[in-house]
Amino acid sequence: MKVNKFFIGGGLILAAVVYLIASSTQASAEYFMTVDELKADGASAVGKSLRLSGAVIGDTIQYDAETLNLTFEVAHVSGDNNEIEAQGGLAEVLYQAVNDPSRQRVSVVYVGPKPDLLRGEAQAIMTGKIGADGIFHADELLLKCPTRYEEAVPEQAATN
Amino acid sequence: MFAEFGYGVLVVSFIVAIYSGVTAVYGAANKSPALVESARRAMLLTFPLISLSAAVLIYLLINNHFEVAFVYEVTSRSMPTYLKITAWWGGQAGSLVFWSWLLAVFTSAVTLRKWDRDIEFLPWVITVSAVTLIFFLGMSVFFENPFTRFWLVGGNVEPSMFAPANATVFTPQDGQGLNPLLRHPGMVIHPPLLYLGFVSFVIPYAFAMAALITGRTDDRWIRISRRWSLWAWLFLSFGLVLGGRWAYDVLGWGGYWGWDPVEIAAFMPWLTGTAFLHSVMIQEKRGLLKHWNMILVILTYALVIFGTFLTRSGVLSSVHAFANSPIGPFFMGYVTLTLVVSVALVIWRWPILRSETEMKSMLSREALFLLNNLLFMSILVVCFWGVIFPLISELFTGQKVTVGPPFYERATAPLFSALLFLMAIAPLSAWGHSTIQTLGRAIWKSAIAALVVTVTLFFTYTQIPGALIGFFLVALALFATLHEFWRGARARQKAQNENFFTAISRLMGRNRRRYGGYIIHISMALMAIGILGIEIFQKETQGTLSQGEQLNIAGYAIEYRELASWDSQGEGVNYTRAVLDVYENGIYLGQLNPRIDYYFDSQQNMTIPGLRSTLRDDLYVLLVDWQPVSNLGATFKVYVNPLVNWLWIGSLLFLFGIIFAAWPEPDEAEEPARVARSVSQTSAAD
Repeated sequence: MKVNKFFIGGGLILAAVVYLIASSTQASAEYFMTVDELKADGASAVGKSLRLSGAVIGDTIQYDAETLNLTFEVAHVSGDNNEIEAQGGLAEVLYQAVNDPSRQRVSVVYVGPKPDLLRGEAQAIMTGKIGADGIFHADELLLKCPTRYEEAVPEQAATN
Repeated sequence: MFAEFGYGVLVVSFIVAIYSGVTAVYGAANKSPALVESARRAMLLTFPLISLSAAVLIYLLINNHFEVAFVYEVTSRSMPTYLKITAWWGGQAGSLVFWSWLLAVFTSAVTLRKWDRDIEFLPWVITVSAVTLIFFLGMSVFFENPFTRFWLVGGNVEPSMFAPANATVFTPQDGQGLNPLLRHPGMVIHPPLLYLGFVSFVIPYAFAMAALITGRTDDRWIRISRRWSLWAWLFLSFGLVLGGRWAYDVLGWGGYWGWDPVEIAAFMPWLTGTAFLHSVMIQEKRGLLKHWNMILVILTYALVIFGTFLTRSGVLSSVHAFANSPIGPFFMGYVTLTLVVSVALVIWRWPILRSETEMKSMLSREALFLLNNLLFMSILVVCFWGVIFPLISELFTGQKVTVGPPFYERATAPLFSALLFLMAIAPLSAWGHSTIQTLGRAIWKSAIAALVVTVTLFFTYTQIPGALIGFFLVALALFATLHEFWRGARARQKAQNENFFTAISRLMGRNRRRYGGYIIHISMALMAIGILGIEIFQKETQGTLSQGEQLNIAGYAIEYRELASWDSQGEGVNYTRAVLDVYENGIYLGQLNPRIDYYFDSQQNMTIPGLRSTLRDDLYVLLVDWQPVSNLGATFKVYVNPLVNWLWIGSLLFLFGIIFAAWPEPDEAEEPARVARSVSQTSAAD
């Protein structure tokens, strides 16, 4: 009898925790997507919380400092780290993505101050939703400019 | 020359560590005190050896030896000397040496203690420490060598430890420089404190393993590791708090905690460590939960290694992660191996770890402590799930799905609330047996006071149910704990005929652990006020202002005055600094100066907020952008963070509480018998 009440109590706690985790996961899951996957999914992606990554096309960046309206386009890059490494690292992959006109692209809208790191050949990781018009509305915008930090071997070598 | 010497010393210390571990096992197996002593001395020797190697590394860092790849990556000519020294832990390879060095410090300290009462633990404590040290030194020696140099081979530059054929050393003109975010004073000490916390948890684990292997599973190992754990917990807590403050000061997003995988990685061992510090009391007082304590110590150790692995391997992308590295699989292998071996030992010793008594009452102190442990473990499970969820979902569905801060906030909020409630009632319950009546008698005054506070807040501050529940629980925990101080002091005042202040200081001085714990509980309640404030009531706005224009938020008006931008050649930094006038309801309060520092060497920005901090709220202004002609306008982002100062006040009190509890007591050598202690401490619900 005494043992039972501890087991019942423990069981209730366990059930509550499982419920908490399951419901919270469902409520806040974000789907990682690449531009290609997003295009392939079409209408079914509309309304889901997404985390989209792509290479920023420098020429398309437009920013209105008055309204803080920021728009730009991103081109498809692979979501697989190993694949990126195999293709010569993130910096190389981003360079190719931006300079390849056949890659799929998505327009992004973000309202907020323009981040300093936003420039051509940066990797943008955006959370938000895709509208029915195919424009990605980002709530959050993270940027990586890999050339700067990950270059283990100094460049000036070859020229010196 | 220096690089070869540094590397050579590192290799020697690696070999000495192996010798120490092997000799300790051999000595224990053959019951040879001489061999164990030899192992002990070898272990002691690792400290000067690694120190020497580290000194060489620091010498290279200070003197701009950019031919060494690590020096090139983390320093530059424009960095001041103290930052060149701290660059030691600013990159992957160096930080692994730093880890090993700290571990050598701790193992040396532990092998120097008096061993007369527990000499049988010695060889195994050495073995476990040595294995950990071998692993980390091995990482440095074979994979992440900080002494690797650049070589010029036929026009190409290659990093390598030893000279390739026909190569000359290549020395770049200048280094890349430390990431500017890491140049903040808070960041200079945040990583070492976290590492200290991480590394010092190795010692309790070593004692736990020694207890399992020798079969001496009485309270001895728990007494020794309790104090170590408390200090480890202090460092880890300090590191976490500093990290939060650093994020608030320099990351420029108005927050202090982002549920980033690496933050969670440091938080997870803190959770198991906290659970351990609570459940260890049940074992000491009641002889219960011995298996559980073993499991907690093992889990903490595994999470420490796992946490180091998460930061080091680049498996998860995060602001904290270093670049991709080949060492990931080795870390995973090591964590798995230690977990398997440790759990096997626990299973082998399962019968002799039996509890000495039974848990009877659901409301007894031990039952509530057990509940507290379950809650900490639940938070751990939530965190762990959040971190590994992307990997799991990709494995099973092929779809990479991640969960962000909303997941953690939603899932942990009820658990943290329950912990606050337990914090209020558990100290009032008695060991062995408590009833609703005894608990009710002890808490009704505090409950009424908390209710009054909540009702007042309802009419004056907020009507949000979640916030009100939170504030009620905080008030309940605060009042109940303060009431405990008052009751204890009054009882002593009567018994000893002392005045109230003498009584309370003697009471606390004689029961450091208990009242240190209560101080920590109060600090947690204060921190909870700050967290409720910033999480629920944070307001933000943003806008581009021309000179003389204002932004309004929460009663504040921020007026843009001017902006200046200048280079500081000596430091290699460009500063852009805005001047803002702040008004509240029309009354001038002062100026704020948000700024952006641009570091030339690493081509990176650091955004320093203009901050006006009061007990009621923080006004937090970020400069985000400005027009080329500065008087045309600049863009600002403004946060009002209510009550967040209580988070920092609570943090300071928290650290004080831990130090108070961990401070050695003068009469510690005499340990009264369990029965006597449990009687004297059952005073609560009287």
